[in-house]
Amino acid sequence: MNSTNRPLSPHLQVYRLPLTGLISITHRMTGVMLSLGLILFLCMLYAIAGGAEAFAAMQAMTDSILLQIVLWGFMYALFFHLCHGVRHLIWDAGCSFDNETLNRYALIELFVSLVLTAATFAFFIL
Amino acid sequence: MDYRSPISKARGLGSAKSGTEHWWMQRVTAAALIPLSFWLVMLLKLATTATYQETITWLASPFNAVVIALWILAVCFHAALGVQVVIEDYVSAEGAKIIAVWTCHLLFTAIAVAALFAVLQISLAG
Repeated sequence: MNSTNRPLSPHLQVYRLPLTGLISITHRMTGVMLSLGLILFLCMLYAIAGGAEAFAAMQAMTDSILLQIVLWGFMYALFFHLCHGVRHLIWDAGCSFDNETLNRYALIELFVSLVLTAATFAFFIL
Repeated sequence: MDYRSPISKARGLGSAKSGTEHWWMQRVTAAALIPLSFWLVMLLKLATTATYQETITWLASPFNAVVIALWILAVCFHAALGVQVVIEDYVSAEGAKIIAVWTCHLLFTAIAVAALFAVLQISLAG
């Protein structure tokens, strides 16, 4: 039996993931990160419930550079996960499986998630 | 010879006793979260940029409190289902997998109950 010429599955260490593959794993990673972010959301709710002083202390913390980075990282992850999630729903409807549409949608969702994050940033500042 | 009863054939769930519930609820909660996410963005904006009184007043409105409560339920369910899949994909030891999936579901249930309690507290006090 010739065992040297068989097709191999793509090995993660030598296989360069295409854009669609990178987006797919990013969807999973943002999902896990957003889930962990729920713990921070819970802390925030209890700071609001804790009264004016706890609220002021919480805002002093969220004004820090570190938590601003966390907040906007969370926001981008949220919109990315939302955009790719909408695409999963489109797939579930049985649409858009050809290569050209896959790559075009990948670029569209990257663009739209950035636009939504920028729009939310503007909304926060205004 | 077929030992299956007519009702079990009609249900078509086999020995696993469950069918597409996990997959389906992941989609149902995903669809619900698309509009609900805008209330999260609003709450994050208030909590990070507005005054204590503005935040409390917004959250004390029954409509906002109910929508935030719905977001909490949908997001915790969605996160538990999603993290469960990640655990099932990457944890191969059967015992560790079962414990991790249980822990994940209990953790997100606890987060949901704690978050709902805080919203109730803010809403009734505000």
